[in-house]
Amino acid sequence: MSTTTLETQTALNGALNIGAETRSSQPGILVTDYNNRQTVGKITVDHPKMICREVNVYYGAKQALKNVGLDIGINEVVAFIGPSGCGKSTFLRCLNRMNDTITGCRVTGQIKLDSDDIYDKSIDVVQLRARIGMVFQKPNPFPKSIYENVAYGPRIHGMVNTKAELDDLVRASLERAGLLKEVATRMEEPGTSLSGGQQQRLCIARAIAVNPEVILMDEPCSALDPIATAKIEELIDELRESYTIVIVTHSMQQAARVSQRTAYFHLGDLIEVGETDQVFTNPKHKLTEDYITGRFG
Amino acid sequence: MNKPTSAASAPAILNRDIKTIVNAGLKRRHAAETRFRWYGLIAVSLGLLFVVLMFGNIISKGYPAFWQTYIQLPIKFDPAVIDPQGSRDPKTLESADYAALVRAGMRQMFPKVEGRLELRALYGLVSSNAALELQSRVLQNPALIGAEQEIWLLASADVDTLVKGNIDRSLDETERPIKDNQVGWVDKLKAAGKIEKQFNTILFSSGDSREPEMAGIRGALMGSFYTLLVTFLLSFPIGVATAVYLEEFAPKNRWTDIIEVNINNLAAVPSIVFGLLGLAVFINFFGLPRSAPLVGGLVLSLMTLPVIIIAGRAALTSVPPSIREAALGMGASKLQMVGHHVLPLAMPGMLTGSIIGMARALGESAPLLMIGMVAFIVDVPKGLMDPATVLPVQVYLWSDLPERAFVERTSAAIMVLLAFMILMNGLAILLRKRFERRW
Repeated sequence: MSTTTLETQTALNGALNIGAETRSSQPGILVTDYNNRQTVGKITVDHPKMICREVNVYYGAKQALKNVGLDIGINEVVAFIGPSGCGKSTFLRCLNRMNDTITGCRVTGQIKLDSDDIYDKSIDVVQLRARIGMVFQKPNPFPKSIYENVAYGPRIHGMVNTKAELDDLVRASLERAGLLKEVATRMEEPGTSLSGGQQQRLCIARAIAVNPEVILMDEPCSALDPIATAKIEELIDELRESYTIVIVTHSMQQAARVSQRTAYFHLGDLIEVGETDQVFTNPKHKLTEDYITGRFG
Repeated sequence: MNKPTSAASAPAILNRDIKTIVNAGLKRRHAAETRFRWYGLIAVSLGLLFVVLMFGNIISKGYPAFWQTYIQLPIKFDPAVIDPQGSRDPKTLESADYAALVRAGMRQMFPKVEGRLELRALYGLVSSNAALELQSRVLQNPALIGAEQEIWLLASADVDTLVKGNIDRSLDETERPIKDNQVGWVDKLKAAGKIEKQFNTILFSSGDSREPEMAGIRGALMGSFYTLLVTFLLSFPIGVATAVYLEEFAPKNRWTDIIEVNINNLAAVPSIVFGLLGLAVFINFFGLPRSAPLVGGLVLSLMTLPVIIIAGRAALTSVPPSIREAALGMGASKLQMVGHHVLPLAMPGMLTGSIIGMARALGESAPLLMIGMVAFIVDVPKGLMDPATVLPVQVYLWSDLPERAFVERTSAAIMVLLAFMILMNGLAILLRKRFERRW
């Protein structure tokens, strides 16, 4: 099945959906066969920023991601959901080649950012990661001052020439991350002295300081309290206007709140992709339905 | 087969009150804990006791060495002896017979002493250093010639020992290094206030000597300094770079595994083996000079490197992976990630490891014996190529000598060695504190 093209895949889905159980409340076709791991839903978008096809990831002999195909549209927030170990973080880390750092990790298939194949030999990861920023699960500011945290990216990439430019960029980034008011007077304090939520916003400010095209967020709120989470979610909504955002989350409410499209992963398979509203109100695969209704997880 | 019995007994256990069961064993558990605490206390107190004993022994033996006995003599800088022609030529001044001035001063103090043997015994009270002292004074200030001054001159080691009370006066004259007539003169000088103990600057300003009162540790101290300088300059950068390469850049395969095992083994190799290696490679093959701090430093670097590499790798692995991810996620190259984030965080641990290695190198004598740093060297080394010895070897050399004054100096040298070590550790702690950051 590894050579299944997009067309045959969707065709196959259609074929398998024939005669499937119909939900009483809303019309739709539900895939009830748990063993059917073909992706349900439309994986393509009209204006893709990133195009992923037939992505397989292996950790040594173990296959962590199986034949995943997915588009990520410009200026949209895509949420990856699924139970632990389902491969959603693995897939996210493929998008900026963070998996390169893991020994024994092998990625096959094709991932394109605009028209560049990011796994092509001609692509330098340094340039790629400048274009695709990342925010991690645990807030991880550098053990340096708040200013230095944000200034780090522009500095290593040589984006600014003068101290004044750098100052402006740092302030603008903190402003966009909604943190400037809170830290304006304490720029020289260590980034680690901030609260968890502030640290995470600092990490977001640090990521947007290099003006990336895509921002990847790996469970950015899992270590935060509800108030800090709400602030980050608001921020994600604002950032969507300028950036393409991919977010991995364990909170389905969060996925529902911030994303336009949702992808459900299960044991290395991409089970279902669709408009967020549709996935949560009218899932088309029994596995998705089970997960979002809390029948397993 | 035993299924029925276990099924039957299980409820019986459950029926018993959990409180009584726990209480029954509680006393035993507490007793075990108390016992363990006592073992710990005893071990710590024993350790402290031995430290106190060691320091007490060394300090009580060594502290007299920091004071040295001086005799005040009236010295007449007789132009007839120093510069008969009156040319004031430095060469003439340098080669003049200053010992004659000292002898004249002695005779002036004790005009009644007569006879060759008696006089020789009298002159023996003052160290041969006294003449050198007078020479340096005259060379510095030729205007002294013709003047007469009361000058404090270094007493001989035997007088020093007597004054410090380390010679038993009740012993028969033949069993003492200092004779009855000499004891009499010393007592007279003492009564006249012409004998005094002064701070022993010679100990810190001169090299080794056969005369205990003129022997100092300056040579060994400078030798240790130069040797450790070479060791640090070589082993720290190479060790840190190796640790960084192996930990962050090298592929994990069979070759790196073999290298790792070998580095671990090298750390356990007896140090004298490194001395043999140094002798064969640096001296015999590369033809570097014997007894030179450069070679000593090279040999000690070989010995210290594995320690620094192992400590460095441990420090690198202890840096949280989240920091690496953050840096890589920002688009930092691997070297930038290491240089900007990982290395600064690992630095305190690396410094600790390096200081442990350096402290071991400072206390090392065996490998240095092999490359000739055990020679009797009087001059204070002025560079990396000058023959030198190091503090532990100096201690070893002096500990072999029978004179009481050398016993003192052995302990004094140990104290200086320990002070050196404390200074180094203090510096390391200071550096570590400066580098230390929380994350």
